[in-house]
Amino acid sequence: MATQSFEEVVEDFEFLDDWEDRYRYVIEQGKEMSPLDDALKVPATKVEGCASQVWLHPRIDDGRLHFDGESDAMIVRGLIALLRRLYNGLTLDEVLAVDARAEMARLGLNEHLSSQRSNGLRAMIERIRSIAAEAERA
Amino acid sequence: MYDVETVRADFPILSREVNGKPLVYLDNGASAQKPQVVIDAVTNAYSHEYANVHRGLHTLSNIATEKYEGVRGIIARFLNAADEREVVLNTGTTQGINTVAYGWAMPRLEPGDEIILSVMEHHANIVPWHFLRERQGVVIRWVDVDEKGDLDPQAVLDAIGPRTKLIAVTHLSNVLGTVVDVKAICAGARERGVPVLVDGSQGAVHMPVDVQEIGCDFYAITGHKLYGPSGSGAIWIRRERMEEMRPFIGGGDMIREVHKDSVTYAEPPMKFEAGTPGIVQTIGLGVALNYMMGLGVANIAAHEARIAAYAKSRLEGLNWLHVQGRSEGKAAIFSFTLDGAAHPHDLSTILDKKGVAVRAGHHCAGPLMDHLGLTATCRASFGLYNTEAEVDVLVEALELAHDLFA
Repeated sequence: MATQSFEEVVEDFEFLDDWEDRYRYVIEQGKEMSPLDDALKVPATKVEGCASQVWLHPRIDDGRLHFDGESDAMIVRGLIALLRRLYNGLTLDEVLAVDARAEMARLGLNEHLSSQRSNGLRAMIERIRSIAAEAERA
Repeated sequence: MYDVETVRADFPILSREVNGKPLVYLDNGASAQKPQVVIDAVTNAYSHEYANVHRGLHTLSNIATEKYEGVRGIIARFLNAADEREVVLNTGTTQGINTVAYGWAMPRLEPGDEIILSVMEHHANIVPWHFLRERQGVVIRWVDVDEKGDLDPQAVLDAIGPRTKLIAVTHLSNVLGTVVDVKAICAGARERGVPVLVDGSQGAVHMPVDVQEIGCDFYAITGHKLYGPSGSGAIWIRRERMEEMRPFIGGGDMIREVHKDSVTYAEPPMKFEAGTPGIVQTIGLGVALNYMMGLGVANIAAHEARIAAYAKSRLEGLNWLHVQGRSEGKAAIFSFTLDGAAHPHDLSTILDKKGVAVRAGHHCAGPLMDHLGLTATCRASFGLYNTEAEVDVLVEALELAHDLFA
């Protein structure tokens, strides 16, 4: 199950016929996301395994996950923005129940998910899942 | 007359599509595609002529050995070496330079001895020297390139001091495309008794190489960039240097006799070729070099110079694109960044959607990236089969990327 916010993205994508418009959309999503404070760009928030630099900064409010993020690459920033729409506001159980691969496939963006792709979408999803799993154990 | 369309027909992969678009392969600096004759040679070797080399006396071993050993002569011809026994077969430039670092430099360099490198070296010609710095206190002296990306041979020679034991320099920058006047460096270094290693990983791909004319002591090449199989390569080593060298990798094939408490080694170059080599890869490399020499290395260089000139004029027309390196005679290697926030990875992602393969990253050239004040660039590197029309596709794709990221 996905958030309402992500369902809106899926609906938007239905109107985008070609990959150029989809990328334009993803890039726009990234541009609209507020930048991460430099003080939060530390080793603990850095996601390794991405060709570009990626940081994810989580917080858990009331048992629900929220995270901010940033990358120095625009497409990756956009992918982070989409992940925020996919996950933000979900309970920890719900986060772990999300099939991110299937959800991104609905956008035709699953090509970014193969393990050899260097943009790190897979690494970001793994980080988000491990944050949720750890918070649940705590 | 160099007919690029005929040449292209020799490379089966060039007729495939990527993301629904005809492949425009501009990542030759990383690795080149293979002509059918090389693919056939590899298939034929495994299908009909395969056995280990230098070992058996049976028919297949003899055929494989003859074909494999024949490549030494082909490489000698390709580099105009005086004697094929100066050619050590290996897996590529990385192994070649490590062989020199471990076999020649390590036994003779003392703490405080110096090695001169240019700032535009590839990590393959940096990290082995860092080993010597870390392990035995060798000092690395760096020589900068100027604002155009040129390396002044005199600046290299001026860096020579009483403790300088080696100059290790690229023939052609894999990032800037700069061609280094290695002949001038070697002439000056020889007067001062300093050996010179030339990293020919890129240079041998794009221009005729004559190691005797250059006057270097070591010249390393990589098969997979020379349209040959991956895992093939060689280093040419001047006889006097070879005699000074200790074997680096120990094992079978490089020995004369082995007993419980003694070992004697084979004569060079075998002394530097331990273990079962890349037999089929090397046979394929021989075919690739014959293919290049068949086209004419000078003809290839002339074709690439035309492509470089055209690419330069087209890319200069994009005022939001920053090309690194403006050396006069630069090879068809263009590294660039885009105005604004787009990362080179963004750029390569969009180019890939248009079927254009480029490299994005630091290009294994950390010190040069530091020198340029960049963390990464996009690089379009052309080869013997690329065309002006492909330059146009690149430019169109760049224009789209510029529009998307604006």
